[in-house]
Amino acid sequence: MSRLRQFPRFLWDFVIGDDWRIAFAVAVALALTLALSDAGISAWWLLPVVVAVILSISVWEARRARG
Amino acid sequence: MSGTQVGLVVSVFIACTVEAVEALTIVLAVGTTRSWRSAMSGVGAALLALAAVTAALGPALTALPIDVLRAVIGGLLLVFGLQWLRKAILRAGGLKPLHDEQAAYARESQAAQGAGAVGEGLDGYAFFVAFKGSFLEGLEVVFIALTFGSNQHDVPLAAAAAAAAVLVVSAIGALLRAPLARVPENAMKFAVGVMLTSFGTFWGGEGVHAHWPGGDAALLAIVPAVLLFALGLVALLRRTAAAAPSPASDAVASA
Repeated sequence: MSRLRQFPRFLWDFVIGDDWRIAFAVAVALALTLALSDAGISAWWLLPVVVAVILSISVWEARRARG
Repeated sequence: MSGTQVGLVVSVFIACTVEAVEALTIVLAVGTTRSWRSAMSGVGAALLALAAVTAALGPALTALPIDVLRAVIGGLLLVFGLQWLRKAILRAGGLKPLHDEQAAYARESQAAQGAGAVGEGLDGYAFFVAFKGSFLEGLEVVFIALTFGSNQHDVPLAAAAAAAAVLVVSAIGALLRAPLARVPENAMKFAVGVMLTSFGTFWGGEGVHAHWPGGDAALLAIVPAVLLFALGLVALLRRTAAAAPSPASDAVASA
């Protein structure tokens, strides 16, 4: 039973990892790109911009946390 | 073979080599210190469990409409890739210890020696540690091979690249009977992070109806752009680490 309870935790660690904000930013960026693209607005640039911003934030936050 | 197929083979092969090297270290440690038969039984059981996961997920993934598949799997691949790349950048920037197979082997061996007497017949410790190590590292191999393969509609090619990596590492490990410490694992992890992030961005974007300038050729710009950006972050981390006063110099200054 405890192994069953550990499974969601394992799945979270496996996919989401150390920083949940990365998964959140990617999900928001995908949703926004879909909305813009379906509205006829070119949005290919959005995902690379979000990748660059969230990676920088996450790395910098880790640096700050380690002093 | 197209450019994206070459990217698929290279990415899956390197990613699977890294995971296989890590699994090999664990199996070697428990095999050498406790029981080879039990360790290999654990590896066999892990391979069966991984085959079951692949058989369950593979057909389900390939049955999804291509847009849904690319959005969901591209998104997952991007999240997964960004986590790899983040860790690789922190390691290269000196904020996280580099992965050291010799040290990992020593740790696993010490734990195995301290786990009580080796049981008669199947040794439970060796079996479960080998099973867990092989299964968890293998799960990453399955995830990467399935996401790359299904997005590219070429699961067999991805599976062949993954199998080749596992076979090469297993063969070298069987010959040497020692952890593969000379494999440039940290550089390979950095490369995998760049490839997963680049392909995840490309496929995720296509899945949500973004039209990349130049179509598939956009990958030729995305991969180097991600690499340069990641290297830039590493350089920035190293520069700020070098500029920051060390605790020792603080103590001297305040004395």
